[in-house]
Formats: sequence, structure tokens, C-alpha cells
Amino acid sequence: MFTKIPLAATALTLLAAAAAAQNQPVVGLITKTETNPFFVKMKEGAAEAANAKGAKLLSGAGKTDGDNAGQVTAMENMIAAGAKTILITPSDSKAIIPAIKKARDKGVMVIALDSPTDPADATDALFATDNYKAGVLIGQYAKAALGNKPAKIVTLDLFPGHPVGAQRHNGFLKGFGLAAPDAKSNELGKDAAVLCMADSFGDRAKGQTAMENCLQKAPEVNVVYTINEPAAAGAYNALKKAGKDKDVIIVSVDGGCEGVANVGKGIIAATSQQYPLKMASMGVEAGIEYAKTGKKASGYTDTGVTLIAAKPVAGVESKDVKTGTELCWGKK
Amino acid sequence: MATQPLVMQAKGLVKRYGQVTALDGADFELRAGEILAVIGDNGAGKSSLIKALSGATIPDEGEILLDGKPVHFRSPIEARHAGIECCYQDLAVAPAMTIAENLFLGREMRRNGFAGNVLRMLDKKKMLEIAIARMADLKVGIRSMTQAVETLSGGQRQCVAVARAAAFAEHVVILDEPTAALGVKEGNMVLELIRRVRDKGLPVILISHNMPHVFEIADRIHVARLGKRAAILNPKRISMSDTVAVMTGAMPPDQIPAECLAH
Amino acid sequence: MDILKSKLPPLGQLGPFIALAIACAFFAVTTERFFSGENLSLILQQVMVVGVIAIGQTLIILTAGIDLSCGMVMALGSIVMTKFAADLGLPTPLAVLCGIGVTALFGLLNGLLVTRIKLPPFIVTLGTFNIAFAITQLYSGAQTVTDLPDSMTWLGNTFAIGGTNVSLGTVLMILLYLGVWFWLRETGAGRHVYAVGNNPEATRLVGIATDRVLVGVYVLAGVFYGIASLLAVARTGVGDPNAGQTENLDAITAVVLGGTSLFGGRGVVLGSLIGAVVVGVLRNGLTLMGVSSVYQVLVTGILVILAVTVDQLSRKAAR
Repeated sequence: MFTKIPLAATALTLLAAAAAAQNQPVVGLITKTETNPFFVKMKEGAAEAANAKGAKLLSGAGKTDGDNAGQVTAMENMIAAGAKTILITPSDSKAIIPAIKKARDKGVMVIALDSPTDPADATDALFATDNYKAGVLIGQYAKAALGNKPAKIVTLDLFPGHPVGAQRHNGFLKGFGLAAPDAKSNELGKDAAVLCMADSFGDRAKGQTAMENCLQKAPEVNVVYTINEPAAAGAYNALKKAGKDKDVIIVSVDGGCEGVANVGKGIIAATSQQYPLKMASMGVEAGIEYAKTGKKASGYTDTGVTLIAAKPVAGVESKDVKTGTELCWGKK
Repeated sequence: MATQPLVMQAKGLVKRYGQVTALDGADFELRAGEILAVIGDNGAGKSSLIKALSGATIPDEGEILLDGKPVHFRSPIEARHAGIECCYQDLAVAPAMTIAENLFLGREMRRNGFAGNVLRMLDKKKMLEIAIARMADLKVGIRSMTQAVETLSGGQRQCVAVARAAAFAEHVVILDEPTAALGVKEGNMVLELIRRVRDKGLPVILISHNMPHVFEIADRIHVARLGKRAAILNPKRISMSDTVAVMTGAMPPDQIPAECLAH
Repeated sequence: MDILKSKLPPLGQLGPFIALAIACAFFAVTTERFFSGENLSLILQQVMVVGVIAIGQTLIILTAGIDLSCGMVMALGSIVMTKFAADLGLPTPLAVLCGIGVTALFGLLNGLLVTRIKLPPFIVTLGTFNIAFAITQLYSGAQTVTDLPDSMTWLGNTFAIGGTNVSLGTVLMILLYLGVWFWLRETGAGRHVYAVGNNPEATRLVGIATDRVLVGVYVLAGVFYGIASLLAVARTGVGDPNAGQTENLDAITAVVLGGTSLFGGRGVVLGSLIGAVVVGVLRNGLTLMGVSSVYQVLVTGILVILAVTVDQLSRKAAR
């Protein structure tokens, strides 16, 4: 491992030197992992934008979700190789801050993608999905689809303490018309209509287990909020085994191609689609702007979220499955 | 004393480890019904000698005879099959397992018929009975063969290890430092057991640094020095300090009085 | 009196049962639906994948080893068997055998690295954990494998006993546990596993082929991971390349809670089943009570410390 760092740094330096020789701005992209299709799409978007607009893209990642050290190493290597802008999806929103500060002290612009650091102003800018809004949209849809029936809600969340999990959950409650904490809160909101809250870890099998347990507690459930589409697939499995799949509205967030396909199959009623490709390409453009004019990006830019549903409902704007499939990330 | 027939014999054993010659033409004789102590300073070649006899190493030159017939052991298992059992210094017991299980470790007995041949079930009842019988034979005073070895005292554990070697040996028992790290009372318990093993008709090769113990139970003493046999001594005639002198080389073999030698 | 004492199983073995009984009693009292046939059968289904993985993990821990790669190998197994069936069109039994073959091969790899190169099992399986993960992601293209033949998910089907639905996979899990328990208790090969874990030098000296026992244990564990792959597929209905990420720690937790010593040579495999069920009971019961899952993690951690402490104390008392 100790030989890898100098080797990688050398390689990056050579690349960057070549780029600098052509006066190309060097932008580094650091994702959480290499393999999650969400980040694969992000890398594609960044590479396309870099090619089209004349920038050199360096990319790296941690080994697993939560591997902060891997991201710090990648950042150090990229800066040593001449990157003036770093785009990062932080694995650990707090632990990455010292490395970011060091980078910014050197004049490097750091933009967070997809999820903020904690505190959010530790980076120059944030290009991300408004996860709260994503929740609101599916909450509104679920309420409208449910109609006049009394709501019996089950939420399958991520795990305690994760900001994205809290934002989507609370946004859902708000969109549904229930009292909910605001977008800044990290706590999961509760309400009398929410009969059961369980953790799915965003995993299909664990989502199934969580849904099974909640079904025991609340067999009369008619609305299920899920943190992401794998959890939704697991929830559907559990409901199907209990013969309840036709009676329950499942909503989710992500807009990956598998998830959109599930909307088409009737497994998920509606999902909020987010745009990793857009985050990355906006990030690259900001990097080029900074290199050319010295103007840094700042503040929070919402990269957009669209509701994808097979059956539209009155009062809530949504796009159909066909559109969703064109815009989705992952393998089509 | 009439000389007993030779059970085991070695002639001109040579073993080299790279530059080091551990055995330099060593000879060895073990007679029926005796306890032969093997003593020697560190590096004298006594462990190499024992390893060659027990099949743990293969000598480069020389021959070993068992009951007059030449044998070539390529592993300790082959020596075991020939009826030579070894009790090692670190006991080689599994502490969490019972005494009966340890006795049969590596040679478990299976049940007859379907249970044994197809399901490969062990005959635990029979093994327990044999364990109790063999231990009673050797008068080892442990109450239950189903207790774990780790619940025994140091001396009791040694007795179990020695009894295991004695229970299965048909020809020769080799004991490596059996009383090391034992207190007086426990050491005597083990010595008693060794005597009973000999009395049952099994010759015993005993490696030990403990001179008083050696002098207490050995019938003859084989002194190893510089990879050879320096002498065979009679503990009833020679003094302990003279024995040590032979061992260290202070008394060369040709200076040993004739009546102190044994054959 | 002594005869009585020697017949009482050590506290370390009774502990898991006691913990399970207390947990069940607690949830039966505090919630309405915990103590129903349906709910209990559900818990068994939820733990069946970790439960079968824990059989392999128990065997390895009995030899004083550990296997961090088990979950990832299980995921690889499910991807291989589902892709072979769905993409290559192999008949289900053949596809399943191929999956189990791959997991057994990983077991062989682990076993050989431990015995031939003499690397510590922790390091070896940390490496194979990463290798298995990478192969799974690459081969599956990070895509879930769907459209499986019905025969592949057969073990997920249930049959009725006395008004409750019991899944076939659960029955298989219990049968496997009983089979391994019998093998470890009653056969020479099984006793040798304990001996190798308790004192590997001793087993070498008495002529047991220690290395063969170790490699055999790792390969056998690999087979169990393969069976667990099939159970995972039966449960979720798909081949999920992102499955198995925490199953290694879950399996080790089940083994430790079940009273098996991490130092090797001691433990009863049925304890691991109890350990796995205890974790499932906690998760289910706390969800029914509406308590945050953070407390499930807290209680599990406390139980693990208790289990190891009880094991240590009861061994000291035996001396």
C-alpha cells in the first residue's frame, strides 16, 4: 500500500503536467465508491463535460461507503498533481473537513456533490439533490393517491443519524400533510399516522425484513415510504408474500434505471428521480470557470428532482416512466 | 545380574543439519524390562537420538534394530505402528477434551455395523471402558475419565500423558522430561507410575535433566556427549557427581572405573 | 453430588438459551403480536441466511480461525447461480451446484492460504473478502439478476403446520444444524476439529493430519455459504450483488452469542443457531415495540460482551 501513493501521485502529476502544458484546467472527482451505479453515472457525466469543455478529469474514490481515509488520500494525490477544483461526495460528512480545509487553504476550490459536509459551509459550494424536496414530492403523491382513506403509514429508513435519511423521511411527512421537522433536522419525525418505523440500511434483504416486522405490527398499512429503491423492492417482496401488494402504495427516491423499471412494473407507485450526471457536469463547469476567471462557485445549487410515476394523480406534477427511463442512471 | 535380551538397538547413527553434526556415529541399546535414562548436556545429541528412535527424524547414516530386525521409520506414525510410543515434553493433550478422549486422540474407535461404518460414529462407551481399565491397571488415581484434562493438576496431567503412551505401546515407551516443572509430591507420583509401566513388561527410555529422579528409578544410564554415546553407567555403583562429570567431559570415558559401567 | 455437577452443562452453553428465553418472555409481555406462530416463524425465516452462514463460521472459529469473507462469498454464490440460470439457461440444480462450487472454491483458497502459506485467517479472509466483492460486482455489472425460474426460489415456499406457515428454507437450516451437531459430537473427524482448535501441536504429534482437517473445515464452510446463497435467493427472489455486506459480522456475532470460544476448541454449534435467533428476536421485538434500531445494536453489543465474559468465567471455575 505504501508504494501505491507515490506511484499514483506520479501518474497523476504526469497527467496533470500534460494537461497544464495544454493549459487545461484540472478537476478532481472523488466519489464514495467506484462501483455504485449512482457514482458510475456521476463519473460518466463529469468525463463527458470535461471532454466537451476542455478540462482534464482526475477521478478517485474510497473503497467502501464510509471509507474516509481513502477519500483523503485521493484528494491529496489530486492536489499534488495540480487539480485546482475538487468535486467530492463525502463518505463521512464530518471527518473529511480537515482535508477540505487544507485544500481550500492552498487555493483549491472544493464543491460537495450529492450530500453536504457537516457543517455545509466547509465547502465552497454544494450541488445536490434537495433530498427534503424529494421526500415532499413523494409525500404529496402518496396523499393524493390514497385519497380519502385514513393513512396508515410505515417508513423504511436508512439508519439513525444520517442527514439524507432524515431529510427524505421528514420531507415525505411534510408532503403528506403531517407535522414534520424542517430540512435542517437530523431526527426522524414521528406522527400518529406513522404506525411503524424500521431501518433498511438501503438494502434489499434488510428492507424485506424491516417490512415483514412492520407488517406484524401494522397489518393494516396502506402507504410505505422507502429510503431508496432496493429497500422498496424488498418491501414489495414482503407485502407480496403477505398478499398485501395490491393494497399498499410504495414510494421511493433515487430514479435509478432498475427503480424506474420497477415503477413501470407497478412495484413502486412513484419515485423521486435525482440527477447525479447533472451534479458532476455542473461541478466540472464550475471548475473550468474558476480556472479561467478565478470566480468560485458558492452556495447551494439544487440539481433538480423529478417525480416519476406510472399513474399521475391530480395536483402533483409527475413525468411518466418513459421519460424516467431516458433520464435514469445505471444500466438501462 | 543376567543381561536381558536387546529390545532396541542403534549402531553408528549420523545426523547432520547443514554444518552442524548432531549425531556423530551414536550407538544405543535398550534391554527388556528396564528403565534406561538418557542424559546429556545441551547439544550433546540426546534429542536427535530420541527423534531418530521415534521416527521424528530420519538419520543420514547408521541402522536401527527392533527386536533384532532392522527398521526404517519415515514418520512417528510408522514408529507407533511398530509399537513405539512417545510422550512429549509438552504433553500433546487437548486441554478442553476429556481424559478418555485424549487417550484415544488420533486412534479413535468406531462402532460396529451401520452406525460405525456408514455414519462413522465413535464408540464412546467402549473407549471410556478401556480408558478406565488401563488407568486402573497403572493405578493412576483419577476419579473420572470424563473430566476435562485442564481440570487436572500438573502431575495428574503428566500421569495421563505417560499412561497414554504406556496404554498403547507394545514394545517401547519413550518419555521426554516427564517430571519437569513438577513439585516433589507430584514428581514422585509420576515416578511411581513409570515404575509400574516397567513392571508391566514395557521397557522405558527416559530423558531427563533431573539427576535425583534419574538415580531413583533408572536401571542403566546412557550418557550422550558430542553426538556419540560416552558411556553406559550403573546408577547403583557410580555417584551422581561422577555421572555429571562424565556428562560434561570432566571425566573422560576411559577414566571411569569398570564397576561403574553397565552393559 | 459430583456426578450431578459433571452432568450440568457449563453455564457458557446454557447462557444462549437463557438469553433467548428472557428476550422472548420480555417481548411476549410488552407487545401484542410477538408471541404468535406467524411472527415466530417469520423470525426464523429472517435469520435463515445468517443462520446457515454461521454454521460454516462456527466450524472455522472452532479451529481458532475466523472468516471475514463469508458474506461476500455468499453474495458471489447467489450471483453465479442466478446468472447461470437466468442468462445461460442452465437447469436450476446445475446452476445451484455451480454456485456452491464457486463458494467451496473460495473456501479451498482460504484453507490453502492458511495452511500452506501459514497466514493468519483474519488477514487471509480480509483479502478474499475484497476479492469476492470485486468479482461479484464485475460479474454482475452491479445489476440485480431477476426473472429467475420458480424452481430456484422453491426453498422460500411455505407449508402449514398447526395453523402456522413454516418455510422450507427454515426446515433445511434446522436439519443442517442437527447434521453438523451430530457430526461434531459423534464422529472422529468432528472431534478432530475440536482437537485442532484446542491444541494444534498436540494433534500433529499424535498423528492427525492437522492441515487436512483445517482445509476440510474451510471448504465445508464454503459449501454452507453456497447453501446460504440459495436461501438468500429464495428469500428475496433475486440475485443481489449488494447483498452480504454485513453478514460476516452478523455471523460472528451469532457464533459468539452461541457460546463458542474465539480461541478455538470449545463450543456447541447449536448455540450459533440460538445466537442468530436472539439477534432476529431483538430486531423483531424492538420494531414491534416501536423502539429505535439504535437500541437493538446497543443490546446486541452488551450481549456479546456478556457471552464472552460468561465463557471466560465458567472456564476459570472449571479449573
